[in-house]
Amino acid sequence: MWRYIAQRILVSIPVIIMVGMITFTLVYIGPGDPAAIIAGDEATPEILEQIRADLGFDRPFPVQMGDWFWKLLHGDLGTSYFSRREITELITPRLQPTLSLGFQVVVLSTIIGITTGMLAAWKAGSRLDRNLMVLAVLGFATPGFWLAFLTIWIFAVNLGWFPVIGYSPIQDGLFAHIHSLFLPVMVNSILASAFISRITRSAMLEVLREDYIRTARAKGASELSVFLRHAFRPSAIPVATVIGASIAGLATGFVLTETIFAIPGLGRMLVDAIVRRDYPIIQALLMVVAIVLIGVNLIVDILYAYIDPRIRY
Amino acid sequence: MTEPLLKVENLQTQFRTEGGLVKAVDDVSFEVQPGETFALVGESGCGKSVTALSIMGLIPNPPGEIVSGKIEFNGVDLLKLSGREMREIRGSKIGMIFQEPMSSLNPVLTIQSQLTEALRIHTDLSKNATNDRAVELVDMVGIADAKTRMKQYPHQLSGGQRQRIMIAMAMSCTPQLLIADEATTALDVTIQAQILDLMKDVTEQSGTALLIITHNLGIVARYANRVAVMYAGQLREVGEAVEMYTEPRHPYTIGLLRSVPRLDSEKGTPLAPIAGEIPDLTNLPSGCAFSPRCGWAVDKCFEESPLLEETSSGKKVACFEHQSVALNVQ
Ligand SMILES: Nc1ncnc2c1ncn2[C@@H]1O[C@H](COP(=O)(O)OP(=O)(O)OP(=O)(O)O)[C@@H](O)[C@H]1O
Ligand SMILES: [Mg+2]
Repeated sequence: MWRYIAQRILVSIPVIIMVGMITFTLVYIGPGDPAAIIAGDEATPEILEQIRADLGFDRPFPVQMGDWFWKLLHGDLGTSYFSRREITELITPRLQPTLSLGFQVVVLSTIIGITTGMLAAWKAGSRLDRNLMVLAVLGFATPGFWLAFLTIWIFAVNLGWFPVIGYSPIQDGLFAHIHSLFLPVMVNSILASAFISRITRSAMLEVLREDYIRTARAKGASELSVFLRHAFRPSAIPVATVIGASIAGLATGFVLTETIFAIPGLGRMLVDAIVRRDYPIIQALLMVVAIVLIGVNLIVDILYAYIDPRIRY
Repeated sequence: MTEPLLKVENLQTQFRTEGGLVKAVDDVSFEVQPGETFALVGESGCGKSVTALSIMGLIPNPPGEIVSGKIEFNGVDLLKLSGREMREIRGSKIGMIFQEPMSSLNPVLTIQSQLTEALRIHTDLSKNATNDRAVELVDMVGIADAKTRMKQYPHQLSGGQRQRIMIAMAMSCTPQLLIADEATTALDVTIQAQILDLMKDVTEQSGTALLIITHNLGIVARYANRVAVMYAGQLREVGEAVEMYTEPRHPYTIGLLRSVPRLDSEKGTPLAPIAGEIPDLTNLPSGCAFSPRCGWAVDKCFEESPLLEETSSGKKVACFEHQSVALNVQ
C-alpha cells in the first residue's frame, strides 16, 4: 500500500513540471506586453526598455522559465505587476473562502449523491427511482449561473433569508460563515450531486448483476446486506472517479460562483488578474489549481487502492 | 422407501423476454433421496441452471417466474415459504456452487469474511468459533496454509482454489443438499476430476445429498447414483446412472453419450456431436422438441409431445419409440 502511494506521488512530479512549463509558455506567448501594461499609456520606449530590464524580460526564454521554476521551488510565486506585492501574500487571505466552499460542496454533494443514487438503485424501476433520476437529469442540464441567480432572487432578494452578497470569514463565527456561504454551497452541491447520484445508481445496478451477488444470496444473506456489504464497495470505484472529476469541475465552476456571489476567493482573484493582465498572478493561480487537481487525483488513486484489493497488490 | 429429501413436482419456470415467453423449465419432476448423488444433464440452455435457481428461490423476478409446481424439501413446499423463511434455508440447509469460479467470489472481501458469512447468518457461534471453523473448512477442501489464506482476497487464488473455497463456503453449515451447477466446467480437465472427487468426499462425510448439474454425461458415470437427462426444458429420461450407459432409451441420451469422450471408450472411436441445432425455447417445434434432430422420429413425433413414462425396467423415458430404440441399441 505505502509503496503504491509513494509510486503515485513520484509519478505526479513530472506532471507538475509539465503543467508548469505549459503554464509559463502560454502566458509568455500570450497577447499584450507586460512592460506596456505596467508603464501605462504615456510610456516612452526608454522607460519600457528600463522596465523590461528590471523584470528580466530581456533574457532568453529558457532562462526566464528556469528562473520562474527556481523561485517556485522556494515558495516564491513572484510579484504582482499591478499591486507590486508578493503573490503569496495576496493569495493567503483568498484561500479560506475557496477552500471552505470547496470542502462543503464536496462533502454535501457526496452525501446527497450517494444516498439518492443508492436509494434509486434499491428501488430500481419504482416511482421513487424515476423521480430521483428526473431530478438528476434536471440537475446536470441546469446551467450553474442560472440556478445561482434564481436562488439569489428567491432566497436572498425576495425572502431575505440569506445575504445577497458578502462573505463572513470563519473567525467571525462558524454559523455566520456557513450562513454566508449557504447559497453558493447549495447551488454547486445540487449540480455536482446530480452526476454522482446517477453514477452511483448505475454502478450499483451493474454490480448487483454480478455472479458474486448471487453467491451472497445463495448463502442466505439479506437484501440489505447484499446491498451494503457486497455491492456497495465494488461500485465505489466509478463513484470515486466521478467525485474526483466533479472536484475538477468545481475548480473552474468557482470562478463563476465566486463572481456571482461576490466571494473574495481564488476564483475572483483569477478573474481580476485576467482583466488586468497581471500575468504573474495568472501563472501562480494556474499552478495552484493544477497542484490541487493533481492532489485530488492522488487521493482518488489512493481511494481506489483502499476500495479494491486487486489494485493494492 | 424413505421420504425423498427433495421432491420437484411439475415445476414450470418461465421468463418474459423481448423475444417472447421462454419456458425454461416445463413440467419437470424428479426426486433426490437423502445422501444420494443425482445428476441433471443436458446441452447448454436446456434449463438446468433455471431448475437449480428455482429450488434456491433465486429466479430473478422480473423477468422470471415460477408459474406452477411444487418443490418439496423435507416435506415442506419451498414455493410457499416467505422470503425470510427461504433465506433461512439458503446457505444452511441447501448450499450451492456456481459455474464461474472467477466471478463467483466477491473481489473486495477477504476469504475469511466470505467463508464465515453463512455461519454468521445461520448460527450463533462466537467470532472465534466461526473463524476456527473457517480454517477447518479450508483445510477440509485441501488448500494448504489455511491460516494465511484467511486474510487473502479471491484474486490471489487460482481458479481451482477458488472453486474449493466455494465448496467450503457452501458446506460451511453442513447442508442436507448441495447443488453444484457446472462447478467444474470452467476448470482444467485434471482439476475437474479433483474438484468432483472433493465434492463427492465432503458430501459423503456429512451425508449431504449432491445434485450435480453438467452437460457432460461422461463425468456423471463415476459420481452419480441417478441421472436425469433434460432437453429443451423437459426431462427426457430418468434412471440409474449405470443404466444410462448400458441401456439408454432416449435418442437424445444416445446422442449425448456419443458426443462426449469417455474413459472406457475404445481408442479411436470418433465423437459424434448431435446433428442439428439446440432449439429456440421461444419457438419450439410442435410435437416432441427433439424430433427435428432425431434419427428415430416417426410421424407421431412431429405432432404429439411424449410424456415421461415408466418402462418395464423401472426407468422413466419420454419417447414414443423407446422400444424400437432399445432393440436397436442392444
Ligand atoms: N434471467 C433470464 N432472463 C431471460 N431468460 C433467461 C434467464 N435465465 C435463463 N433464461 C433462459 O432460460 C433458458 C435456460 O437457461 P439455463 O441457464 O437454465 O440453461 P442451462 O441448461 O443452465 O445452460 P448452460 O449449460 O449454458 O448453463 C435459456 O434459454 C435462457 O435464455
Ligand atoms: Mg447453466
